Amino acid sequence: MHQRCAALLAALVLGGCATPSQDLVVLLPDKEGKVGTVVVQGQKGKTVLNTAYASARTTSDGGVQRGTASQSEVKDVFGSALAAQPPRPISFTLYFESGSDEFTEQSKQEVKRLLAEMARRQASDITVIGHTDQVGPDPSNDALSLQRAERVKSILAGMGIPAERILTAGRGRREPLIPAADGVSEPRNRRVEISVR
Amino acid sequence: MQSTRLIVIRRLLACACSIVPIAGWGADIAQFKVARGSVYLERSGQRLPARVGTHLQATDTVVTGADGSAGIAFVDNSLLSVGPNSVLAIERYAFNSTTHEGAFESSLRKGTLSVVSGKIAKQSPDAMKVKTPSSILGVRGTEFLVHSSD
Repeated sequence: MHQRCAALLAALVLGGCATPSQDLVVLLPDKEGKVGTVVVQGQKGKTVLNTAYASARTTSDGGVQRGTASQSEVKDVFGSALAAQPPRPISFTLYFESGSDEFTEQSKQEVKRLLAEMARRQASDITVIGHTDQVGPDPSNDALSLQRAERVKSILAGMGIPAERILTAGRGRREPLIPAADGVSEPRNRRVEISVR
Repeated sequence: MQSTRLIVIRRLLACACSIVPIAGWGADIAQFKVARGSVYLERSGQRLPARVGTHLQATDTVVTGADGSAGIAFVDNSLLSVGPNSVLAIERYAFNSTTHEGAFESSLRKGTLSVVSGKIAKQSPDAMKVKTPSSILGVRGTEFLVHSSD
C-alpha cells in the first residue's frame, strides 16, 4: 500500500501526471476454486479478467492496467467488505409421494433441516421453486411448477414460516435435475427446490 | 419431533419480531443480512437507517459510515457487500424467476464492494453491470471485488 503511494507520488513529481489511479477490480476464485470473467471497461482501454486474483486498475489517462493482486492486498483493501458477505444461499430439494400432497419420508427430514437452516440465519428468506419433468409444453409446465411451489409455500406457512418470507417461482421444465429427453417422465425432475438466503 | 419443530418455529418468530416491519415483497428486491456500524439507505431523497432484515427496492442507495459495513442478498441469490465509507446505488434490478432473465445494474460511487453474482448473471452474461466513476464492469460471473476511491 505504502509502496504504491510512494510510486504514485514519484510518478506525480517526475511525470507531473494529473491524478492517481481510481479503481481496483480483483477477480476471485469461487468456493469450488472456479473463476468467472469480468470485463473492465475504462474511458479508453479495457481488459478481461479471467484468472484468480487477476486485477485491473484504472489509470489517470482513462486506461486500464492489468495485473495480479496479492492476497494480503485483497485483505487490506477489501477485508471489511468480505467480512460482511451474507452467508451463501443453500438449496433443499423436496419430493412428493406420487399422486399425493404428502412429502416423501426423506423430504420430511429435509424440511426439518430447512427449518434449522432458516433459524440459524439472520433475517432468512426463501424462494420455493417448482420444477417439472420433460413432458408437455413450456406454458403448462410453467403453470404446474408454480402450482407446486404455491402448495409448498402454504405447507411451510402452516408450519410457522411467515408467508412474507416466502417467494415462489415456477421454473417449468427448464432446469431438470436429471437430463432427460423431451417427453420423458422422470420422477426425480418433478421436485420443489427451496433456496434459503 | 413436534417439540423440536415448535422450538425452531419459536426461534424463527423471535427473529421475525426483532427486525423492522416488512413492507411486503411487492417492490422489494433484496434484504440486508448483515449491517454493522452506521449503515443507511437513501430512498426518494430520504435517509433511512438500515438494519438486518431491512428490505431494499430498486433505485435505493446504500451508504456506510467510517465504521460501517453491510451485506445484502438479492432475490436472484446475488450477494453484494460493502465496506466502510462506501456509496452503492442500485440503479436497475429486474428478475424473471421463471426464465432467470433480468438486469442488474449498480454503481459504486466510492468505497469497497464485494460481489458474488447470482442467477441473473448466470442466465445472461451481459445482464449484470457494475459502474464506478471511471469504469464499467461487465459481469460474466462470479466473484470479484471493486474499490473506487474519491
